[in-house]
Amino acid sequence: MTNIYDERHFELTVNGERRQVVDVYPGESLLTVLRDRLGLTGAKGACEEGECGSCSVLLDGNLVCSCLVLAASATQSSVVTVEGLGGATDMQTAFVECGAIQCGFCTPGLIMAATNLLERSSEPQTDEIREALAGNLCRCTGYGRIVEAVQTVIAQRGQGAA
Amino acid sequence: MSDLGIRESSVEGGLGQSPLRPDGIAKSEGAYEFSSDLSADNMLIGKTLRSPHQHARIVSINTAPALAISGVHRIITADDVPGKPTYGLISSDQPVFAADVVRYIGEPIAAVVADDEEICARAIDAIEVTYEVLSALADARLAKDPSAPSIHPDGNVIREQNVITGDIGVVGDVIVEDHYSIGMQDQAFLGLESALAIPDEDGAGVECHVATQWLHEDLGQVAACLDLPESAVRLVLGGVGGAFGGREDLSLQVHVCLLALATGRPVKMHYSRSESFLGHVHRHPAEIWMRHHATSDGMLLKIEAEFVFDGGAYASTSSAVLVNAVTHAQGPYRCENAAVKGIAVRTNNLPCGAMRGFGVVQACFAHERQMDLLAQACGLDPLEIRRRNAMSTGDRLITGQVVESVAPVSEIIEGLSRMPFPEGAGDTEKHPYELPGGAGNTTRPDDVVRGIGYGLSIKNLMYSEAFDDYSTARCQLRNGIVTLKFATAEVGQGFITIAPQIARSTLGLEEVELEVIDTNVGSAGSTSASRQTWMSGGAVEAACLRVRELVYQHVATAEGTDPLVYTIDGTELVNTSTGGRRPMNEVVVGLEFDEEVEYRHRPTVPLDENGQGDCHTAFAFVGHRAVVDVDIELGLVRVVEISTVQDVGRALNPLSVTGQIEGGIAQGLGLALMEEIIQRDGRIMNPSFTDYLIPTIADMPPVIAELIEIPDPQAPMGAKGVGEPPTISSTPAVIAAIQDAMNTAYGSAPHLRRVPLQPSDVAKTVNVGLGD
Repeated sequence: MTNIYDERHFELTVNGERRQVVDVYPGESLLTVLRDRLGLTGAKGACEEGECGSCSVLLDGNLVCSCLVLAASATQSSVVTVEGLGGATDMQTAFVECGAIQCGFCTPGLIMAATNLLERSSEPQTDEIREALAGNLCRCTGYGRIVEAVQTVIAQRGQGAA
Repeated sequence: MSDLGIRESSVEGGLGQSPLRPDGIAKSEGAYEFSSDLSADNMLIGKTLRSPHQHARIVSINTAPALAISGVHRIITADDVPGKPTYGLISSDQPVFAADVVRYIGEPIAAVVADDEEICARAIDAIEVTYEVLSALADARLAKDPSAPSIHPDGNVIREQNVITGDIGVVGDVIVEDHYSIGMQDQAFLGLESALAIPDEDGAGVECHVATQWLHEDLGQVAACLDLPESAVRLVLGGVGGAFGGREDLSLQVHVCLLALATGRPVKMHYSRSESFLGHVHRHPAEIWMRHHATSDGMLLKIEAEFVFDGGAYASTSSAVLVNAVTHAQGPYRCENAAVKGIAVRTNNLPCGAMRGFGVVQACFAHERQMDLLAQACGLDPLEIRRRNAMSTGDRLITGQVVESVAPVSEIIEGLSRMPFPEGAGDTEKHPYELPGGAGNTTRPDDVVRGIGYGLSIKNLMYSEAFDDYSTARCQLRNGIVTLKFATAEVGQGFITIAPQIARSTLGLEEVELEVIDTNVGSAGSTSASRQTWMSGGAVEAACLRVRELVYQHVATAEGTDPLVYTIDGTELVNTSTGGRRPMNEVVVGLEFDEEVEYRHRPTVPLDENGQGDCHTAFAFVGHRAVVDVDIELGLVRVVEISTVQDVGRALNPLSVTGQIEGGIAQGLGLALMEEIIQRDGRIMNPSFTDYLIPTIADMPPVIAELIEIPDPQAPMGAKGVGEPPTISSTPAVIAAIQDAMNTAYGSAPHLRRVPLQPSDVAKTVNVGLGD
C-alpha cells in the first residue's frame, strides 16, 4: 500500500468532479490543495489550526476544517466546497438579505456549517444553532444577523419554500 | 421626516432603506476575491524574517546560505531599500527593515522571495543573523522616566499631553479614585495581511493589490520608500477581510513591492495568523489613574487623571490615540474643572496604534468605573448619577471646545431606563447550556447571580488637531447610468452599499455602478475614526449634487426658466413653479456629466500645552446596558443580553447600522471578558486563535438596539458615523454588570478595575466572603 505521506500526485473528488492534483508537497492540507492547486478559493484560511472554521468543507457529508485534513488522505472521499453548493441557495440568499455578511471572510465557512446543520436537524432551536456554529469565528457581525439568517431559512423551509 | 430638508426617499434602494450589499452574493458563494485569493501568472512568494529579540544590535546578516537554496530568487535587507529607510503614519520612525538595531520581537529584518512558501520557509531559516542582545525596556512606567535609556533616536516619549481647565484646586464633598488597567487587544480581523505586487513591464513602476484601510496614505509611504514618484505606484484595494484599525499602518506593502521590482515578477505575500499578531499594531495597553470630585448629590466638580500608554517600539498613531484618551476623560458628562495628564511612550514591546475606539476605549473604561464608584459613594443609582451629569449640545468640554454636535445623552439614559429586562433571573431550572459554564457543564444553578451594569460614552468622529481631513468622489452620468469612483476602502463596513444609496436619492436615478477602488482618483482618507459615512458619504453626495445642478441648468435652459425651480422627488424631476413632473431617467437621456469633489469637514486646531482648543470635529454618543449571569464561585460569566441606545444622526442603511452595533459590541464584550495579547519578555504567548480568544456565536448574547435619529446639522445627510461607539462603552457595561452580581452576592466586593476580567477577579471574592 502506498504511504500517503509520500504521495505527490493523486486524484480528489471535489464538487462531483475528479480532479488531478500534481506536484504537491507531502503533507499539504486539503485547504492548501483546494486553494493553491485547484484554484478553489472559496474556503478561506484564517487560523490554519481548526479554530476559526473559515476553511469549512464537507468531507463525505461531514463538516470538517479543511486545514486539518491531509489532502492525500481524502482521495477516497467526496469533497464539497462552497463553490459546489450550486450558488444562490436559500442559505446563501438569506445571509445576504439578513445582513449576515460584512467583510465576508467567514461567510463561506459559515454557509457550509449552517447548510450542514440543517441537513442534520430540520428545526434546530436557537441554542442548537449557536452550538453548531460555535466553531466558526466572525469578527464583524457579532453573529446576530447570522442567527437571523439561519432562522429565516428554517422558517422558509417550514413553510415549504425550500 | 426631519427639518433639514431630507426627503423620505421613494427611490428604490435609496437612503433610509437597506438594499443588499453589492458584494453580498459573491461573498456568500466564495467567489469574492480577497487579497489572499489573488494570484498571477509567473508569481513568486515572499516571506519576512523577523527579530527573535526584544532589543538587540544586528552585528551581521549572512544571506548566502539561504540564497544557495534552489528556488530562492532574492533576499532583501535594509541595504536594498532605495528610498526612505523608514515609514510611519504620523512620524516616520519605523524602519522598512531593521538596519542596526531591532526594537521588538517580530521586527522585520529581511524578506525572501522564492518559488513557493515551503522554499521561503527554508530560506528564512537559513539566513544567519548575529545579534548582540541589549537590555530591553518593557515597562511603560519605567520608559517615561527621564533617566531611562533611550531606545529610539527620537527618544522614549512619543507625546505628553495634559488637559488643564477651570479651578483645579476645587475639592468635592465626595471623592472617588482608583487605578485601572487595559490589556493589549488585537483587531483579529479574519482576513490575514496579504498583497500581490505586479511590476510594470519596463520595471519603472509597480501595481500593488492590497487589503488596507487607506490607499493613498499607503501610496505616499510606499512610493517614498521605493524612491519612485507616486505616479509610478498604483495601489488597488484587494478584498479586505476586516480591519478595525489594524490595517491603517503599513505591514507588508513596501516589502512586497521591493521584491516584485527586484525580481521583475509578480510577488505575493501572505501572513499566517501568528505572523499577523507581529505584523500589525494593537490596541494600546494603558495604566490609568482617575479621581473624581463631586458634590454630595453627585454633581461632578472635577476630574483628575493620569494616563500612561505603552506605544511599543514605534510611534504609529500613539500621539493621536493619547489625545483621544485625555480629551475624552470626562465621558459624556459635564465637568468644568479638570487636571488630566497623559503620556505615550516607546518600549521594546509590540508597536501599538489604531483599533476601533482609538484611545477612547481606555478612557471610557476608567471613567465609567469611576461613575459607578461615585454612584455608590453618593448613594445613587448608576443611571441617576449619569442622568444628573449628562452632557448636552452646547456644553463645553474640558478642552474648552463647545459640543456643537447633537448630544442626546439624556435621551440615551431615558432609553436605557425604559428597556425591559430579560427573563430568567434566579431561574434554577435552566439547562446547563444556558449557564455561565455553557457546554463545559461546570456551573451549578444556585451559584449563579444576575447582575446589571451600564456604560455611556462620547466619541469624536473624523480626524482631529488640524489634520487636513478630506475625501474625494467622482460622479459620472452617462446613458442614464450613474457611475461613482472613490478610493474609500471597503473593509466590510458597507460603504459600497450606502454610496449608491446616496446617489440614487440625490439624483433620482436607480442605476448606479461603482468603479474599482484604487488610487486613480483623489484620496478618500482612511476607513477609520467612524469617518467614511460622513466624509466619503459627504463627497459622494457633493459630487452627485453637482451633477444634479448641471441637470437642472440643462433643463432650465431648455425650458427657459430658472434652475432654482427644480427639485427631485423620488425618481421624478419636479418643476416647483408649474408642478410639472418628469421621470429623471427620461430627463437625463443624452446628458453626460462628470464631476469630482473633495469634501472637507470643518477645520480643527491643535491642542495647546494645557490641552485647550477645538481639536475635534464632531461627536457621537451611546449607552449600553449589560445583563450578566455570573457563576460567583468559579468566576465564569455569561452575558445574557446587551441593550444599547445609540445616537446615529440618521440611519442611512438601518441594516448596516445594526451590523455595526452588534459587531462593535462583540469586540467590546471580547475586551471585557477574554481578549488580551499575553507577552512574556516581549514575546507573544498566545499568537493564535487557540489561545487568543475572540467571542464565538455561543458567547454573544442577543443585542437589543434602539437608534436615536436626530439628524446632525453639521453632518452630510444628518448621519453620524456609527462604527466605533458600540465597542467603547459595552466593555464597562459588562464589567459593571459583573460588579453588580458580585455586590449582590456579597453585599460589597472589590472594585473591578482591569480588563479583560479574569475569573479569579470574581472567584477570589468567594474567599473574601468566606473569610468574613
